[in-house]
Amino acid sequence: MSVIFLLIVTSIIVAIAFLAAFLWAVRSGQYDDTYAPSVRMLFDDKRKRKRKEEPAEKKEKNEEAKR
Amino acid sequence: MIKEKLVRKIHCFHCGDACEDFSYVKNEKPFCCLGCQTVYEILSENNLCQYYDLEQSPGATQKADSALFDFLDNEEVANQLLDFSNEQQGRVTFSIPNIHCSSCIWLLEHLEKMEAGIIDAQVNFTQKKYKVHFNKNETSLRQLAELLDRIGYTPVFNLEVEKGEEKDYQIFDKKLLIKMGIAGFCFGNVMLLSFPDYLGIEGADQDFIQLFRGLNVLLSLPVVFYAGSDYFISAFKSLKQRYANIDVPIALGISALFLRSTYEVVWGIGPGYFDSLVGLIFFLLIGKWFQNRTYQALSFDRDYKSYFPLAVLKKMGSEFKPVIVKELKKGDELLIRNTELVPTDAILITEKAFIDYSFVTGESEPVEKNKGQYVYAGGRVVGQQAAFISQKAVSQSYLTSLWNEGAYQKKTATQRLVDRVSQYFTITIVAIAILGGVFWQVIDPSKTWLVFTSVLIIACPCALALSTPFTSGSILRLFGKHKFFLKNTDVIEELQKITTIVFDKTGTLTETAARQLNFEGHPLTVTEKDWVSTAISSSTHPLSRYIKSFLKAENRSLSLTHFQEIPGKGILATVEGHQVQLGSASFLFDSIDVSQVNRTEVHLMIDGQYKGIFVAKNAYRKGLQEVVNSLKSRFKLAILSGDNASEMEQLQNIFPTSAQMLFQQKPENKLTYIQDLQADDERVLMMGDGLNDAGALKQSRVGVAVTEDISAFSPACDAIMAGSAFAKLNALLQLAEKGKRIIRWSIIISLVYNVAGISFALAGLLTPLLAAVLMPLSSITVVAFTTSAVKWMGYKLKL
Repeated sequence: MSVIFLLIVTSIIVAIAFLAAFLWAVRSGQYDDTYAPSVRMLFDDKRKRKRKEEPAEKKEKNEEAKR
Repeated sequence: MIKEKLVRKIHCFHCGDACEDFSYVKNEKPFCCLGCQTVYEILSENNLCQYYDLEQSPGATQKADSALFDFLDNEEVANQLLDFSNEQQGRVTFSIPNIHCSSCIWLLEHLEKMEAGIIDAQVNFTQKKYKVHFNKNETSLRQLAELLDRIGYTPVFNLEVEKGEEKDYQIFDKKLLIKMGIAGFCFGNVMLLSFPDYLGIEGADQDFIQLFRGLNVLLSLPVVFYAGSDYFISAFKSLKQRYANIDVPIALGISALFLRSTYEVVWGIGPGYFDSLVGLIFFLLIGKWFQNRTYQALSFDRDYKSYFPLAVLKKMGSEFKPVIVKELKKGDELLIRNTELVPTDAILITEKAFIDYSFVTGESEPVEKNKGQYVYAGGRVVGQQAAFISQKAVSQSYLTSLWNEGAYQKKTATQRLVDRVSQYFTITIVAIAILGGVFWQVIDPSKTWLVFTSVLIIACPCALALSTPFTSGSILRLFGKHKFFLKNTDVIEELQKITTIVFDKTGTLTETAARQLNFEGHPLTVTEKDWVSTAISSSTHPLSRYIKSFLKAENRSLSLTHFQEIPGKGILATVEGHQVQLGSASFLFDSIDVSQVNRTEVHLMIDGQYKGIFVAKNAYRKGLQEVVNSLKSRFKLAILSGDNASEMEQLQNIFPTSAQMLFQQKPENKLTYIQDLQADDERVLMMGDGLNDAGALKQSRVGVAVTEDISAFSPACDAIMAGSAFAKLNALLQLAEKGKRIIRWSIIISLVYNVAGISFALAGLLTPLLAAVLMPLSSITVVAFTTSAVKWMGYKLKL
């Protein structure tokens, strides 16, 4: 019967991992807009995103942290 | 192909509005106006025509005037709007109410093809926000705004709201989601861990059972103390005001459940009711979330400030520079251009100016003001720009004081039906619990606490609490489908109590843009039409614009050698050597105006020869007669208008004789009229449009703003109705009324469950399993009943 103990512990740990993933998703704003991303992925052309982490962006993050 | 197009109605390729003719055609595609055609041209030049492939006619109509954005060059304004900025880069979030389809997303996120300065752009569809990351050396905030305006996505700026409130709301929404996630997680696991107890597995290892129960206690902690904390806070607040709202019995039930269950587990008596407890909170949170979702789309609490320009041109030294409106002081010299609002009471210092007060009084014709005259805030400068000396700070102006008058303040909320029920509910439940406890104390003292807590547990009004949000939520959804948006669910209950409906005339009963024009006299030849059209295009008088669109003249390159507009009288112009005179009878013939009062007339004379009259009549909304017919038996009707009494006869034909009609009403008059009605115990529904109705809208029980463009316009009212929904007014009101009956029935259903549950509890027979079945079952029944009942009612009312 002690295997049940093990299973319970594992199952709860897995569940907590999913809960953590959900909380992270909410906090990082993935639920802010549930429509646009679904459409965006269907646009044909590849956009060249100039998404190099520019120093400016880091600065901004620091600023936010200070606030 | 063309034949087919003619048989069908032609629709603008850009915005989908009906085209009146083939005046605007480009690449074989028809457009309704020059604006739409221009947007198409801009997009096709920049290879952005995929915009039109994703959705049909995705654009917004371009018939409205474009806005001015030079205030964005002001550093202070810019800094307040920018989310972030350094030497090279800036980041800004525009609010664009017009974002409405996947084409919008595509276009806005590909704008870097048109404006190289855009580094990255992203649309938030739900919030109708547009985030742009741009290179400051290549573009500016103003250029971005102008670009957006040019392609039909005019951004809206409001410094007051921009920062604080909106963010709070988002945080609240996120918090609720997190709470729901946690409650859902715990609910699932607690159910799983409760299974052995349900099944009553004999012989199971007592250690395991104890472990499961212990885990249940742990899992319920975050639910009770974090996810359910709002209910305790709300209950506490309401008790502090010596009044029990629906959250009081809920908080009571939750505490009873938690304490009793913990006690049972700790002393090893039984499994407790943790699954019921956690499930209850989870369902309640779902209900709350559902309610939130239903009215997320519109922001209502805009006030007069959102109509004001953010900045005006103020004289500094020798030139005019934009400054933030808030910072205006008495004595500042201002320059107000065509179509801009006068932000504060001011004195005119240019020779002459035309002020359109339709914003404040509803009068559609501009008023002439001379040098030295006092101009109230809210007037719109028409035609030539004018300079003013401000007389007051913005916060002290006439318009602001109007707004701040008693009625414009928030109405005191009336008690909701559910809260009224819960008042008695709480007392009854506590009384039953105590009586039950006392009874068992006599019979069998060991069961006293069991019965006492059982009653509190099973009576927890989860179903009761869900009945209103789900009924109102479904009704709001159905309303929203027909473009009738309520501020919140309380408005539904207010709608049910209405006894009198008061209509504003202009813009509510009549369609704003569609004034009906007729020409009486000799039919005009094509060339004559061209002359008139050319002459008139330099005038900004609204009637001139109507006449121009009525004539639909083609030839746009005629020479205008002389133009003179005599305000309040007419126009004198020379086109291609021909003299064109337009205006009132007194202006043309030096005679007294003998025209009937019930219509607006513009006489036309070409080369001294009398040609005829343009007659302007207001076009009433479609279905007005039917709406009035269906309403008149149940409600008292009344009309308040800022205009003159010219249409009284027409209106008398439509409205019953009992309907009161008042003309030339100033905003204060409208307000007092509503107050008088209310003094007679009438519960008033006011249907109005502009800011000039704002006082009346606020004062009345329910103020509905009727508008053509629901995303752009919303004075502080209780509901917004698209013009197209006006014809369904009666059905909508009936649905609101039916909503009351649905809520009443759902309350009865939940009470039946409660009575059944309480009888078990009083008998001391409430097992955890029974509670785990009964409590969710009651909630689910109520939710299913309310949503399907609303759908059925809507179907019956043909909504």
